[in-house]
Amino acid sequence: MESLVYIALFAPFVGSLFAGLFFARSPKNIIVGIVNPALIGLSLLASIILAFYVAEHGAVHVTMMDWISAGSLHIPFGFIVDKVSVTMMIVVTTVSTVVHVYSNGYMDHDKSFNRFFSYLSAFVFSMMILVMSDNFAGLFIGWEGVGVCSWLLIGFWYHKKDVTPDINPAISPSYAANEAFIMNRIADLGMLVGIFLIYWNVGSLQYDVVFKALPHLTDGILVAIAIGLFIGAMGKSAQFPLHTWLTDAMEGPTPVSALIHAATMVTAGVFLVIRANPLFGMEAVQGVSYFIAALGTFVAFYAASMALVNRDLKRIIAYSTLSQLGYMFAAAGLGAYWIALFHLAAHAFFKALLFLGAGNVMHAMDDELDLFKMGGLKKAMRGTYIYMGVASLALAGLPPLAGYFSKDAIIETAFNEGTLVLWGMLVFTAGLTAFYSFRQVFLTFEGEERYKLFGFHPHEMYKYVLIAMSPLAILAVVAGWFQGSFHEFIITLLPEYEMSHHTHHLAGKLGLIVLAFAITGIVIAYFKYARRGEKAFKQDEKVENGFIYKLLINQYYVPDFYVEFIVKPYKAISEKFWAIDKAVVDGTVDMIAKVIYTTGDKTRTIQNGNLSSYLNWMGAGTLLLILAAAVVAVMS
Amino acid sequence: MIGVSHYLILSGLLFSIGFMGVLRRKNLLMLFFATEVMLNAVNIAFAAVGNYYGDLSGQMFAFFIIAVAASEVAVGLGLLILLYKKYGSLDLDVISSMKG
Amino acid sequence: MYEFIAFYIFAISTTILFMITVMSKNVLYAMTSLAAGMVMISGFFFILGADFLGVVQLIVYVGAVMALYSFAMMFFDATKDIKEKHNNPTLVFLLGGLMALVFVIIFSAPIIGENIEASYPIVNGVGNAQAVGIVLFTKYLVPFEVAAIMLLVAMIAGIILAGKKMDISLTKTVIQKEPEDEILKESK
Repeated sequence: MESLVYIALFAPFVGSLFAGLFFARSPKNIIVGIVNPALIGLSLLASIILAFYVAEHGAVHVTMMDWISAGSLHIPFGFIVDKVSVTMMIVVTTVSTVVHVYSNGYMDHDKSFNRFFSYLSAFVFSMMILVMSDNFAGLFIGWEGVGVCSWLLIGFWYHKKDVTPDINPAISPSYAANEAFIMNRIADLGMLVGIFLIYWNVGSLQYDVVFKALPHLTDGILVAIAIGLFIGAMGKSAQFPLHTWLTDAMEGPTPVSALIHAATMVTAGVFLVIRANPLFGMEAVQGVSYFIAALGTFVAFYAASMALVNRDLKRIIAYSTLSQLGYMFAAAGLGAYWIALFHLAAHAFFKALLFLGAGNVMHAMDDELDLFKMGGLKKAMRGTYIYMGVASLALAGLPPLAGYFSKDAIIETAFNEGTLVLWGMLVFTAGLTAFYSFRQVFLTFEGEERYKLFGFHPHEMYKYVLIAMSPLAILAVVAGWFQGSFHEFIITLLPEYEMSHHTHHLAGKLGLIVLAFAITGIVIAYFKYARRGEKAFKQDEKVENGFIYKLLINQYYVPDFYVEFIVKPYKAISEKFWAIDKAVVDGTVDMIAKVIYTTGDKTRTIQNGNLSSYLNWMGAGTLLLILAAAVVAVMS
Repeated sequence: MIGVSHYLILSGLLFSIGFMGVLRRKNLLMLFFATEVMLNAVNIAFAAVGNYYGDLSGQMFAFFIIAVAASEVAVGLGLLILLYKKYGSLDLDVISSMKG
Repeated sequence: MYEFIAFYIFAISTTILFMITVMSKNVLYAMTSLAAGMVMISGFFFILGADFLGVVQLIVYVGAVMALYSFAMMFFDATKDIKEKHNNPTLVFLLGGLMALVFVIIFSAPIIGENIEASYPIVNGVGNAQAVGIVLFTKYLVPFEVAAIMLLVAMIAGIILAGKKMDISLTKTVIQKEPEDEILKESK
């Protein structure tokens, strides 16, 4: 089994090196487009076999080598494949495989085709390290690795010029990449503090050792560790207030958005909370856990509200990702870790599908993203319409699709815990989710064919791409049916979460309430956008000038707040410090150089070519040596 | 009574005289004279110390120094002649081809 | 007592003679005083019981070296005074004086290494020349031979340096070849 672990881990790495080393400078090479998906597929295959093995025989634990061994610090380069990580591995490799194949079509005309595959495979490798590592240090390496790959891929089209925020809120890909990276660094600091605290107090970073030692720690330290780790999770999973980077990250190529910013990397934060469930489940950190749940619920609602008015196809999906991440955190915070993991997996499938569908639309519309310039695309793009419709239905949570089972379980958990405020918000958000996802679908595919006005000639994506997307569509439909078996599979590792008898009794009715909200949302969207023909695209001046619309379209003014209160003061302070730096640090360095230079310039006259003066200097030196000898003799 | 210190101090004084000559002479031939003075001063010191310890090694060293001095003079004077042919002078200020 | 008188006579005379050597403007004076000083130095060797060394000093220095110097002096036409430009004479005297001071201080200090054993002790009842000969041809044989080779080399070097047209090879006729390389030709 060890070799399977290594195959699953290193196949993507080999792919990355293959594309990066051999084809970095050459033009598009179809070999890369075949070999890389094949290697990721190999990884997927290994993961599936491992899953069966793990289900049968329990976790596989391998230690590849000693990685850091310094003093008392001992960190092996070890990997654990247990039920949690194998679930993540399958999710990651499945989505990655589809996205790799899809990228063949999407990046068809891009001149950096090979580079893209190299980055993408490197990302998968980092993600595999993140989920498979058996210690916090390895997790952190993967964590940073996916951060770097995310940075590389968001800024993939780095050559695009900067524009002002009112033309493109993300300004430019390179700006968005830096924003994402820097915001993640802020969060990673919190995570590092958490990891340091763990090492400080436990003396090891191995999961099993740490979790065994947790009951012996004081409450204060436990809370500090939990907060530190959660801050890291907040950054990676783009939770408020570190959420602004995710929507801007949509500047990257769409396959990247599907893989990194919907299905895998952003769920790393949730994964961390699930992985550290022995910590977050402790009595002492219940406050933190409850805060996680509350924040998750808030973000679910907050992001969904912003998605209501946005006109950008990809940004809407990004907001919905944020919102769904909020759901996951809500579940994890309430202690229903397996439900969070289940939603994570289900969400990965249908959200990746949704993004890839959006990618098809973009491809067809020459990278146009404004919903109000589309409409009526269903004739031209039937396959994509079906895929996006299915994904949106799953996202909206209609039975029998995946989202229904997983999201409903989360909402039920909120009710079961007696946190009715959270429950209410989550139910309402479910309605919003249904509305905005179908607003998007209807504006894109139904109604008047507005694209003709703007002179677009949409065409369907390549057939093999559509076929490649089908596994995701199937999973988006059927994933929910395996809730029971998944529960059985995972529950030996994650803490059991059972609905109380009372909740169980009401489950049907609760489900109906959620369903009612969802269907209401869809119906409103249908009548507002699909049924009204050209009126659907009319922009209501009165609403648009209203306070709420302004608030939502400007993302609650959070980005502006950051610019005004963080970026600008920081810049001002930096300029001050720059002046100080120039005066003090540069001054010191310059002075050293100057001293050396002037000494050289002054002593240059010694080398005047006159042998007599050389002799004099030599004599002076001899005298000095004799003096030194005399002094030494006297001393001793 | 004359002890070894007397010889050594005399040797040091003579060495200093030679040293001074090396410093102040500009004419190469005179410079050679000054070095001869220094060599002789050292010879006295060797002979004196050898005598003091009742050891022949001091004298041996003095012999070799004389041998070295003789060869130095032979080669050095040859070089001086070449220099004189080239520059028409033996003044160090004139022969300053090593300008940095 | 004799030693005392002899030492001071020799000491004062060598010092004065060497001072003349160093300070004189006239090459002839300088050389004559140098030769005289060396004779005086051989006197020290006789006092110190190094008869053979004293003889060698007289023969080699006063005889051979000074003869070489006098030939050189004739070559350089040294009858006229030498003009020397002294940039800062005070510095020279300062350095020299300091050197002398340091030596005096060092050597007037008591000698610490009292119990040094002589490796080649002076044997009583054997003449100095004999003793030197024994040591030189047994223990110091290799340095002696090396010194002999060095003297030979110096002799040849002196001949070649000073002789006329001695730098041109007698056995090999040197032909200046044109470079065959085209680029080198062009660059010429």
